[in-house]
Amino acid sequence: MSTLSVNVEAISTHQAHEHHDTSGDTVFGFWLYLMTDCLLFASFFATYAVLFMNTAGGVSGKDIFELDFVAIETAALLVSSITFGFAMIAAHSHKKALTLVFLAITFCLGAVFIGMEIYEFQHLIAHGNGPQQSAFLSSFFALVGLHGLHVTAGLIWMTIMMIEVARRGLGKATVTRLSCLSLFWHFLDIVWICVFTVVYLMGAM
Amino acid sequence: MLIRNLCNIALASIVLILSGCEGGVLDPKGQVGIDEKNLIIIATVLMLLVVIPVIVMTLYFSWKYKDTRTHEVYAPKWAHSNKIEAVVWAVPIIIVIILGVITWESTHRLDPYKPLDGKHITIEVVSLNWKWLFIYPEQGIATVNELVFPANVPVEYKITSESTMNSFFIPQLGSQIYSMAGMETKLHLIANEPGTFKGFSANYSGAGFSGMKFNAIATPTQADFDKWVSDVKAQKSTLTKAEYYELAKASENNPVSYYGDVEEDLFHTIIMKYMAGMSGMKDMASMKKMEHKIDKNTVQPSHIQGEE
Amino acid sequence: MPFLGNLTLDAIPFHEPIIMVTMAVIVFVGLVLFALITKYKKWGILWREWITSVDHKRLGVMYILLALIMLFRGFSDAIMMRSQLALATSGAAGYLPPEHYDQIFTAHGVIMIIFMAMPFMVGLMNIVLPLQIGARDVAFPFLNNLSFWLTASGAILINLSLVFGEFAKTGWVAYPPLSELSFSPGVGVDYYIWALQISGLGTLLTAVNFLVTVFKMRAPGMTLMKMPIFTWTCTWANILIAASFPILTAVLAMLTLDRYMDFHFFTNDGGGNAMMYINLFWAWGHPEVYILVLPAFGVFSEVISTFTSKRLFGYKSMIYASGAISILGFIVWLHHFFTMGSSANVNAFFGVMTMVIAVPTGVKLFNWLFTIYRGRLRTTVPVLWTLGFMVTFTVGGMTGVLLAIPGADYVLHNSLFLIAHFHNTIIGGAVFGYLAGFAFWFPKAMGFKLNEYWGKVSFWCWIVGFFVAFMPLYVLGFLGMTRRLNHTNNPDWNIWLYIAAVGAVIIMFGIIAQVIQLYVSFRDREALDDKTGDPWNGHTLEWATSSPPQAYNFAVIPHVDDIDAWTDMKEKGQYYQSKASYSPIHMPKNTSAGVFMGATLSVFCFAMIWHIWWLAIVGLVGAIGVFIKRCYSNDVDYYVQPEEIAKTEEAYNLSGREGVKA
Repeated sequence: MSTLSVNVEAISTHQAHEHHDTSGDTVFGFWLYLMTDCLLFASFFATYAVLFMNTAGGVSGKDIFELDFVAIETAALLVSSITFGFAMIAAHSHKKALTLVFLAITFCLGAVFIGMEIYEFQHLIAHGNGPQQSAFLSSFFALVGLHGLHVTAGLIWMTIMMIEVARRGLGKATVTRLSCLSLFWHFLDIVWICVFTVVYLMGAM
Repeated sequence: MLIRNLCNIALASIVLILSGCEGGVLDPKGQVGIDEKNLIIIATVLMLLVVIPVIVMTLYFSWKYKDTRTHEVYAPKWAHSNKIEAVVWAVPIIIVIILGVITWESTHRLDPYKPLDGKHITIEVVSLNWKWLFIYPEQGIATVNELVFPANVPVEYKITSESTMNSFFIPQLGSQIYSMAGMETKLHLIANEPGTFKGFSANYSGAGFSGMKFNAIATPTQADFDKWVSDVKAQKSTLTKAEYYELAKASENNPVSYYGDVEEDLFHTIIMKYMAGMSGMKDMASMKKMEHKIDKNTVQPSHIQGEE
Repeated sequence: MPFLGNLTLDAIPFHEPIIMVTMAVIVFVGLVLFALITKYKKWGILWREWITSVDHKRLGVMYILLALIMLFRGFSDAIMMRSQLALATSGAAGYLPPEHYDQIFTAHGVIMIIFMAMPFMVGLMNIVLPLQIGARDVAFPFLNNLSFWLTASGAILINLSLVFGEFAKTGWVAYPPLSELSFSPGVGVDYYIWALQISGLGTLLTAVNFLVTVFKMRAPGMTLMKMPIFTWTCTWANILIAASFPILTAVLAMLTLDRYMDFHFFTNDGGGNAMMYINLFWAWGHPEVYILVLPAFGVFSEVISTFTSKRLFGYKSMIYASGAISILGFIVWLHHFFTMGSSANVNAFFGVMTMVIAVPTGVKLFNWLFTIYRGRLRTTVPVLWTLGFMVTFTVGGMTGVLLAIPGADYVLHNSLFLIAHFHNTIIGGAVFGYLAGFAFWFPKAMGFKLNEYWGKVSFWCWIVGFFVAFMPLYVLGFLGMTRRLNHTNNPDWNIWLYIAAVGAVIIMFGIIAQVIQLYVSFRDREALDDKTGDPWNGHTLEWATSSPPQAYNFAVIPHVDDIDAWTDMKEKGQYYQSKASYSPIHMPKNTSAGVFMGATLSVFCFAMIWHIWWLAIVGLVGAIGVFIKRCYSNDVDYYVQPEEIAKTEEAYNLSGREGVKA
């Protein structure tokens, strides 16, 4: 905590124009929000863990999970995290074009992930394994769907950021927003690794 | 005013306890209830050891250190004392340790799942919207909104629900336990004297909830109970599955009714109806097998609680 | 699919005279307000300086206003319940049939906890916390405004259920399977879900906002262990919110999926498990009661140390005790359902854990006692609330420990004993604390003190009414009366039910006295004017600035050397330093994005409740659109120039600040 208070004192000497370092606050606040989001996922994970045996006479994970397919999906998301990392490096060194290129690649990989997930869901529902069939499928669709919803929100956000970078360049406020999005994107990656392990790998075993 | 109020309340509660407060938790007629009443009294007395001094000190300090009493010592910067801190942490800790030991011991002793000493009879309890169905598997009869058993004989209740969650409760005999659909919970109670005790649902379950009452009648002797059973058996009505579904339809303030005969294993059928979903069974064959394992698999919900 | 989904004229309960009269009164009051605002041309001010304000003090005032309005609503429900039970004895039916009565007790619980206690707590925190740490605003002023409007939207939704359709008939916990579509087919549970969901989101944002504020924006010199105690307890509460509200969001989302899309999380069939809901609900619900009560503990600490003119005894102990309560608050949830059939080991563990919470709570009580010890206690209204709390809460704590013993809980669970217990702690703990804080900080927020006489009348009505209303419930619990009964038929219970109804009426006089107090104080505001900014000879920084403070709170950010920073400054004679020149102050601009998002999300929720899908899409897209536009904007702040600061400060000093004594 001592670093925190030192920080505050250091800042207060520059009070003339900035009352405090807002971009640091924004990132810290966003990080806190991510922790609450983490608990949201934890609740859905806990529910899945309780309900995954309750298949109501229907299919279980073993019957429906196609690991090869999910592995490609996972790879797309993991690589998108790396490309976002490159985008951030480019942004910090004020290379606007490069930032946009990497953001676009990240967006495409994210879109591939979401596309594959929609395909998987649609495939399951078409075969009569929709979330209405059993508590297992309900908790599966909800958990994976919640992650998918987050990724979709991330994609919308990324679109807006690309417009912002293109129009306004890489000012301080824009880079702060990009940092938040990057935190969000990496966070979703980590959550997905948990989903992949707990739901798919352990379910298919 | 505050003090007077408190005195009144204290007085009222003492009078109440002395008068035995008829018909409630403090007027138990069975061993489980008696033990629970004693537990309440011991714990309350223990806590009063701290509570009364705190209340007295609050009132005394607020009088003694009132700003008009300027002759009292005034120490505006005094804000720490290791001795006092040690005492204020130690006193509650000691009380809680004592209470904790009592809690641990009594929770195991009074575990509703633990059979009472002696040979017990079994009664199956089903909460319906909004009435109670009691099935006597050993006697092959069933009743609605009336529970009869012999005094001084332990009774094992197997409890489930057809629809929403209720709580099976006869205050004068002791503990209550939830009834939940697709699950069986258990409760062991005994009446140590004959009498008619009030029973009801202690968990709100919808519009007809207030009328979910029944009389729990402890007959003086086993012979009286046997006679009651044979009277019920004389009734022509049979509780078949079809009859049960008719009964299960929502209704309020049902009168007492009797079934002289009950379809075999009806209680398990009621639980199994929802059981299909619980453990990944795909066909009726494995369902049949499961039926024998019900007790083990459905009674203890604790596996969920451990996981948070 | 009809244009308005399931919403038809039949949804309006024309046949319910009570509701129709209530509606008529609300519409009438609304029209009068509308006419008055129009007549005095206040719409502009209302919009510019309140509705779109991002000033934490104004948002705090609006939160408390919301809490007071909801207190009236929730209390009307309480009076109706108590009178129904007093009338429906010995087999009588009373005047409220179950389908109405069941909505009333559900609404009472939800409103009092989510829309009275929470906004009151958040309101006090909003007004006081940034001032106490010497900050100019919160970390994210726009989010703060948004949080308020989300909470208000939830409150509006719940009140809409009076006119359109019905409210939930499930009890405030909405346990499935009762709250599932098969047993609650109406829109009541949907109102419950969306109102809680939207206000819960607001609360979560508040917690994140204030945590960043506390960790990043304290005045120089204020280390964590020099933070005022109220700020500390609020911080613990915010940590609890951040850690528990996501669970509520999750569990409500699951119930939503069950009800809207035929999922099987908690249904009887399809392998659902209602016990999962109950566990998750209380994993939020138990921390929630500490979220309510910890800030109240902070208020008591501030009040007692201020009015004994003494340092708080055992400051560190208090912080550790609050922390212990927060952490333990997360591992006791199972005590809400000892009767669900868990094993003796599980029940005993949770029982003992619950009792352990009594230790830090007991320490706190002793610390308040030793703060009074060798002090000079001024018996003001906030002090009365505090003393009333110390007596009342001790009783509530005792009955709480009793309920924590599974063996005792087996016979007391769900009885009126339980009702008495939690009202004993929530009224005697949280509400008394908020009312103490209300009287204590009112002059800071509004610039004039509250009338003492009516404050005392209110206090005595409340505390006497409380004991008369709730002690009989303890007795009724012992007599075997369970909660949520619509009518009774037991002659032994009658007398206690009558006494309880009388108690509720006495509390009503307390509330009326508060309204009179507000009126009288406003009328006499010149005489009660607080020119000094420090009417109680306070200890902490909120008293170091004017009442009400300027938008920027402090012209110069103070430097903190002591826990009682303001007392320390007064003792060193540094309480006021005139400045030759000021630096420009960076301030957030007001914004209408919060109120628009609240409005569009209300539309979304209302449309979801009635299955008006097109409108739901419009509402949601609208809300997201406003949010994106706001986030994209860089024009969110401005600078207050030195000349303007000098002018404001000068005017303020002339008006009487020099009168502050060390």
